[in-house]
Amino acid sequence: MIMEKNNMKIAVLSGKGGTGKTLVSVNLAAASEKAIYIDCDVEEPNGHLFFKPDDKKEKEVSVIIPEVNNDLCNGCRKCVDFCRFNALAYIKNRLFVFDEICHSCGGCVMLCPQNALTERKKSIGKIIEGVSEQVYLYTGMLDTGEASGVPIIKELFQKTKDISDKDIFIDCPPGSACVVMESIKDADYCILVAEPTIFGVHNLNLVYELVTLFKKPFGVILNKYMEEKDPSEEFCIENKIKILGKIKFDKALGKLNSEAQIAVRTNEKYKVIFTSLLETVKKEVRNETASDS
Amino acid sequence: MKQLLILSGKGGTGKTTIASAFIRFSDPEAFADCDVDAPNLHLVTRQGSVSNKKNYYGLPRAKIDVTKCIKCDICRQNCRFDAILLDGTYKVDTFACEGCGVCEVLCPANAITSKPAVDGELLLYEKDKNIFSTAQLKMGSGTSGLLVTEVKKQMKEAKPDAGFAIIDGSPGIGCPVIASLSGVDMVLIVAEPSLSGISDMKRIIETADKFGIKTAVCVNKSDINMENTEKIKELCKKEKISFMGEIPFDPEAVNAVNKGITIAAIDCISGKAAKKVYEETAKLIFEKGDEKK
Repeated sequence: MIMEKNNMKIAVLSGKGGTGKTLVSVNLAAASEKAIYIDCDVEEPNGHLFFKPDDKKEKEVSVIIPEVNNDLCNGCRKCVDFCRFNALAYIKNRLFVFDEICHSCGGCVMLCPQNALTERKKSIGKIIEGVSEQVYLYTGMLDTGEASGVPIIKELFQKTKDISDKDIFIDCPPGSACVVMESIKDADYCILVAEPTIFGVHNLNLVYELVTLFKKPFGVILNKYMEEKDPSEEFCIENKIKILGKIKFDKALGKLNSEAQIAVRTNEKYKVIFTSLLETVKKEVRNETASDS
Repeated sequence: MKQLLILSGKGGTGKTTIASAFIRFSDPEAFADCDVDAPNLHLVTRQGSVSNKKNYYGLPRAKIDVTKCIKCDICRQNCRFDAILLDGTYKVDTFACEGCGVCEVLCPANAITSKPAVDGELLLYEKDKNIFSTAQLKMGSGTSGLLVTEVKKQMKEAKPDAGFAIIDGSPGIGCPVIASLSGVDMVLIVAEPSLSGISDMKRIIETADKFGIKTAVCVNKSDINMENTEKIKELCKKEKISFMGEIPFDPEAVNAVNKGITIAAIDCISGKAAKKVYEETAKLIFEKGDEKK
């Protein structure tokens, strides 16, 4: 029997940056009765600038990396030969570990016959929790100079996996690589935010491929919509992709957004727009989940 | 070879628009698109014909031979990427597998082997002795950093004695950005006058600093929020970062992009402003007493 789920997990992504992922996810969360907002754009998180949360709690996120005791190392190079990421090197009778390219697989430690390698924790960033009116926020933040935010995204979902009474909005990073894949993995539904340029269409096509590959139900929101001719709209029609809504190009909205203000909390007009968009999304998610079972 | 890398932290600030204009102004012997999971530069540059096209192989993925598998569970227990799935039989989640090889080396039944996987495509274009190096990551493949390194390697190998190269980067501060930073002479950051844009700009400046690379800043769509544009200028002055100028919001820029041409190819305000930014940037990168490599 399929368990009844009371909430939905919606990932907002776009391929191209700057199309309005944060605008959409922040305002949908703010238009909800109660909601969780998760910022998975851990390299450049911005949702917290809009929500300005109170009661902040911070927790460090770390990964496990190897540490060498050169007194025990006998120079067998088993670890060096094994590491496919080239994170270890044996130079002039000493073993070196390059922390920043290590993927934390643990293989070198398992293989060392001399027990010369042990593991230590290395902090790579943090998760900040906070409250803003009826929205509970989880922000992932990668330290500058660190290569991969994937462990932080994993931790964000670990923390929120038992929430079943509030809808969850996931603000994804741009692009389509590992951090995006990790962000949409557990989503019930994906919203693709498109903009009316050929760059936008090209990148929309890529994430369209990605969500199809991940077998996720999805729909598109056309942001900065251009009535006369919108190349992203044409793409959706051509490929029979569900258009969830259109947010017209609007200088006032752009200004509010540039000041990191939440449109639905400042202006009744935008509250109406995003509340109706939220209803459409919810209906779509229900339809998709029903047809799945 | 003098290498100029264009970055932004935040997505959608205009990296590709500026890069394509710079390419038109300077006609460099080599240029590259390092935004491998959402490449767009090829859409607005005249790149000539493809002179080389090859598959890009990332790290191999594990594959389990179920006829040899003795279901000991050792692989699943030791995989740090949760990439071994148990669903009656053991299998590998190829999206999650990072190709570290731990499962393969630990398997007592020799049931696991590594299979090479095509993770994308590398393309080299040639026109009037100028070359353009670009790539496209395959959807569902995570390893964008490695592919970025390949794009740059391809560019250098095709044109080892080029005097000047322009590289379009990706948003964020993580592995693809760090990979693109290696060996460049200067980073031009295209900032956007929004609070999100300012926050993201600070993080990319900090990242470039950690790798010891000189940065300069320009502001795109500057009149969208003049107050924030001023804040960016003040910040640059305070941090002693060279300010290269500003480019106003210009509806003509969207039209140009949608026709597949750069703003430098038409008579428009953004094109004129970009020219000034280019001249300042060129002055800075070719400054005397800063010879490198």
